[in-house]
Amino acid sequence: MKPALKFIPWRFLVQAMSLDPGHHHVLHPAAPQAGNIEWLYWVIFGVLTAVFVLMIAGFTWAGAKTGVAASHPLPIMEDKEGDHRARWVVGLAMGVTVVTLFVILVISVVTGKRIHGPTSKNPVTIQVTARQWWWEITYPNPQADQTITTANEIHVPVGAPIVVLTNSKDVIHSFWAPSITGKRDLIPGYSSAFWFQVDQPGTYHGQCAEFCGLQHAHMGFSVVAEPVDQFQAWQQQQLKAAAEPSTSEAVRGRDVFLTHACLMCHTIRGTDAGSHVGPDLTHIAGRNMIAAETLPNTAGALAGWIVDPQRIKPGTRMSPNPLAPDDLQALIVYLRSLQ
Amino acid sequence: MPVAEPVIANDQDTGQSELARRLASTWRQPRGFWGWFCNTHHTDIGIRFIVTSFIFLLLGGVLAAMIRLQLVRPENSLMGPDLYNQVFTMHGSSMIFLFAVPMMFQGFGVYIVPLMCGARNIAFPRLNAFSYYLYVGGALVLWGGFLTNTGPDVGWFAYVPLSGPAYSPGHRADIWSQMITFTEVSALGVAICLATTILRHRAPGMTLNRMPMLLWEKLVISIAVIFAMPAVMIASGLLLLDRLIGTHFFNPAEGGDALLYQHLFWFFGHPEVYIIFLPGAAIVSTLVECFSRRRIFGYTPIVISVVATGFIGFSVWVHHMFATGLPQLSESFFTAASLMIVIPTGTQFFCWMATIWHGRLQLRLPMLWCFGFFFTFLIGGLSGVMLASVPVDLQVHDTYFVVAHFHYVLIGGALFPMFAGLYFWFPKIAGRMLNDRLGAWHFWLFFIGFNLTFFTLHFLGLRGMPRRVYTYGPDMHWQGLNVLASIGVVFMTAGFLVFLVNVLRSLRMGKIAGNNPWGDAGLEWAMSSPPPPYNFLHLPTVSSRDPLWEDPPDQPVVVGLRDDIRETLVTHSLDAEPQHKDEDPGPSIWPFLTALTVSAAFVGSIFTPWAVPVGAPPVIVTLIGWLWPRGQSPTPRPSGEQWSR
Amino acid sequence: MAKHFYFALLLVIAVLLVSCKREERILRQPPPANDILNTIQISGLNPGANSIPTPPNSNMYQESAYAVAEGQKLYEEYNCVGCHAHGGGGIGPALMDRDWIYGSEAGNIFSTIMQGRPNGMPSFRNRIPEYQAWEIAAYVRSLAGLLPKGVSPNRTDQMNIKPAESSTPEQTPSGITGIPGQHQ
Repeated sequence: MKPALKFIPWRFLVQAMSLDPGHHHVLHPAAPQAGNIEWLYWVIFGVLTAVFVLMIAGFTWAGAKTGVAASHPLPIMEDKEGDHRARWVVGLAMGVTVVTLFVILVISVVTGKRIHGPTSKNPVTIQVTARQWWWEITYPNPQADQTITTANEIHVPVGAPIVVLTNSKDVIHSFWAPSITGKRDLIPGYSSAFWFQVDQPGTYHGQCAEFCGLQHAHMGFSVVAEPVDQFQAWQQQQLKAAAEPSTSEAVRGRDVFLTHACLMCHTIRGTDAGSHVGPDLTHIAGRNMIAAETLPNTAGALAGWIVDPQRIKPGTRMSPNPLAPDDLQALIVYLRSLQ
Repeated sequence: MPVAEPVIANDQDTGQSELARRLASTWRQPRGFWGWFCNTHHTDIGIRFIVTSFIFLLLGGVLAAMIRLQLVRPENSLMGPDLYNQVFTMHGSSMIFLFAVPMMFQGFGVYIVPLMCGARNIAFPRLNAFSYYLYVGGALVLWGGFLTNTGPDVGWFAYVPLSGPAYSPGHRADIWSQMITFTEVSALGVAICLATTILRHRAPGMTLNRMPMLLWEKLVISIAVIFAMPAVMIASGLLLLDRLIGTHFFNPAEGGDALLYQHLFWFFGHPEVYIIFLPGAAIVSTLVECFSRRRIFGYTPIVISVVATGFIGFSVWVHHMFATGLPQLSESFFTAASLMIVIPTGTQFFCWMATIWHGRLQLRLPMLWCFGFFFTFLIGGLSGVMLASVPVDLQVHDTYFVVAHFHYVLIGGALFPMFAGLYFWFPKIAGRMLNDRLGAWHFWLFFIGFNLTFFTLHFLGLRGMPRRVYTYGPDMHWQGLNVLASIGVVFMTAGFLVFLVNVLRSLRMGKIAGNNPWGDAGLEWAMSSPPPPYNFLHLPTVSSRDPLWEDPPDQPVVVGLRDDIRETLVTHSLDAEPQHKDEDPGPSIWPFLTALTVSAAFVGSIFTPWAVPVGAPPVIVTLIGWLWPRGQSPTPRPSGEQWSR
Repeated sequence: MAKHFYFALLLVIAVLLVSCKREERILRQPPPANDILNTIQISGLNPGANSIPTPPNSNMYQESAYAVAEGQKLYEEYNCVGCHAHGGGGIGPALMDRDWIYGSEAGNIFSTIMQGRPNGMPSFRNRIPEYQAWEIAAYVRSLAGLLPKGVSPNRTDQMNIKPAESSTPEQTPSGITGIPGQHQ
């Protein structure tokens, strides 16, 4: 027995039971919506666990009480008195079932109403457009030069209601940040709205939750909740055009960007690159992760992603870019200067 | 009318009497290679459904093992995204379309229902055979596609626009769509056969009130199939039209609607899961009765529950679409309906518990599987209650929580009762008993493995892991649970291997089963095992719900039917009074030939719309051959003349 | 019984070997051929007795429905529609008709894209990776009805401007087609 114990993957089991939810756990809410849903979940869970225990106990008791071990069929029996009693018990059980289900219905509908409508009239509006396989994030504004366009990383102020307008450019995707709220499908041809509010500052991971093709597994996003002043500073930074390169290597990097395949798909405001096929890179250096939350935003990861994205996300729309080493180095320096 | 020969009881039939010999000759099925394709007897077709669907269960299981192997490590490279997408689509499609319905509804139904009704063959036997060949055709199309890199890769429900012409180039999604057509036409055919058998071929005296639970369930499911299958055929048909000839049903830019597909699909999809579950519940009802050694408690409530489940099952489909942004009022309605459907299922559970409580339980092997069903389906049903609640569903929809839920209800509600039914009816089908010890090993290995794999998935879903991802990042903290889930596969595989060994061994050297080794009450146990080609020496009559238990020893049998032609008895649908005689058409090659021409037309239409006008004439030719009059018409007789009490 | 099993096994193996090229998703691109732009010939003539060996003019992407569909997406994203519309032409010549100016073969279209042409066709060298130019070339051929139906794209999810490429009737190219042996 003892030698066999060493084959059990204890490390994995301990990690599995790890309490670190990683900021994407349904039962570790950071927002009132997810909090309401968590409450509802535990209530229903408690009721259903009680039902389960009772039913299993009933079957076990029934089996143990009347069980006979025999290998040939026993004679047929009947129990009229027992059946008469059972009629009452089963009727009672059905009644309890109906009442329990009704209660669950009521608390579900009430919770649904609670998470449905925003509490304030001044929400921050965000337009999320899902593409294969990244998220185009826009903060619309009646003034065109006050509209922010970014990708995959959503910044929100803590404590303010956020309204998300959804759309999809190609297939059905689903916007889901477990710690914040329930998911909403982004369906081409439909534009729906939902809201959430984050009460605790932090970075919350989300992921596409509707199968959308080859890289559905790597279509993540994050919601960065920060204090209002930090959020406003971020907004102001996003509105600026791209920083002018300060070193000669960065200048060379910008040239590489503008003379290779990069400008065919990406925008860097303030330069000639203005294509909307891929994500907006004007402030790429300020993001925590790249490639839709697949890789950390470091020089090495960025270089590997640029040179061969198909290795990391096979089937993604971005092509490999076999650049000369000096060009690649300069490009990385330039991109990492785009705060 | 004077009886020419002494009446031998069905269970005394050794096949040696003059009558038995004449009947065997009249009802014999042809042998040899071509004879196999001409067979129209329900027992042979039923066995074919069971064996073929079991093969696809195994193949689907291999795909599942591949999925679990891929997910055992983050950023694993066992399968790339393209192959993985094909594998999980094939897994779901094979399990639902090529295993669950063909086994639970078609296989068990076709074999057992005519025997339980007291008939010599199923109604419309050629349609029955045709349904089998069409099912095999669909299975070959799907798997042939998979093996030639044309397997569908859009998920088993193939949502548009992903499966539409713009985002699924090539013919992969077309293969999926046509497979749907094959299998659903096959299910419709069997539904018609079973419904007719149950309504018009029951033994005299078997009023609706005396029908066994399994016949009630098959009747309800046949009607559900007739209403549900056309919806998915429309969905896949419109998808095919969009892809092949450029219609715009699902193109929002031209006035189409992507959600239309989901409504059409799930209008079928939800009744489909009840089509898979209710046969399991009926098997459990039969076995609970037999192994508690008493008639079932609450016959009427269970019948009403089965009918109610079939009915309410059509009003809950939108609970698969709660995340699409529907109005709150409709979400609440569908929550209410989805919770309401728990009531009939709960009623059945309570009645089963009462039957065991006030009976004398014999925990034989089939009953052990029923207890496995109670445990497993209960967990699945309860997690379903969680999913009916919209806010919770919005969090766990499209995650591994849902994967855990539906595997609990499908494996608990179909696979456990399937094994219970296989262990129970194997003696009748093969004439030998399966080994009890191997069966117990099978049960425990499978039970432990199943719970290890799928209970773990509930937690994965709550931790944020979505469905249909070919890999995940190492910083997601999902690896531990994935490893645990993948270990369960080993146990389940071992269990399956034990079962296969058990079957192959028992076919050769299992204990010989008599007519009724379990002491059950149904008419299918009234003759030898396996049944002779004519099923019953004399068509029985019944005067109670449990004929072999409660009918008197001198219960009359039907005489007066000719034994030199394949004469059958048609009875009234409500009270089973004899109405007239009919003639079984006998073995025929036309169902197979028609299935060939229909398959050719379907497969051709994957590649070109011209296949429809070009493929239609051969179909018409084979249908003409099928329907050509045989020169003998049934002679209706006024009722009452055949009773010889 | 054993005979049937072996026959079935043989059938399965045979089927497995016939993997369908049309359905292939080419996710790992082969490295670009060396100096390909200088070796694709438009004319079949050359000075001297020995002919310059013609490099392969084949386009593996035009056998894969996925690659042609990618070409269709890139045609839109790289703004080919700006001059050529969806095949009807405008500032640039029509691409869905039979007339060709700089060759209709895959290699010809590829070099047209990469080298640019007088009268307005820009050069996309170093702007578009070579494999993408091959995919676009395959799509352009499908616009003109030169690819088999099964590989050509079906309708898009946009407004219905014209029939899908798979419904385009087959046309024989005319004008300067680049087809070896034909009058250039």
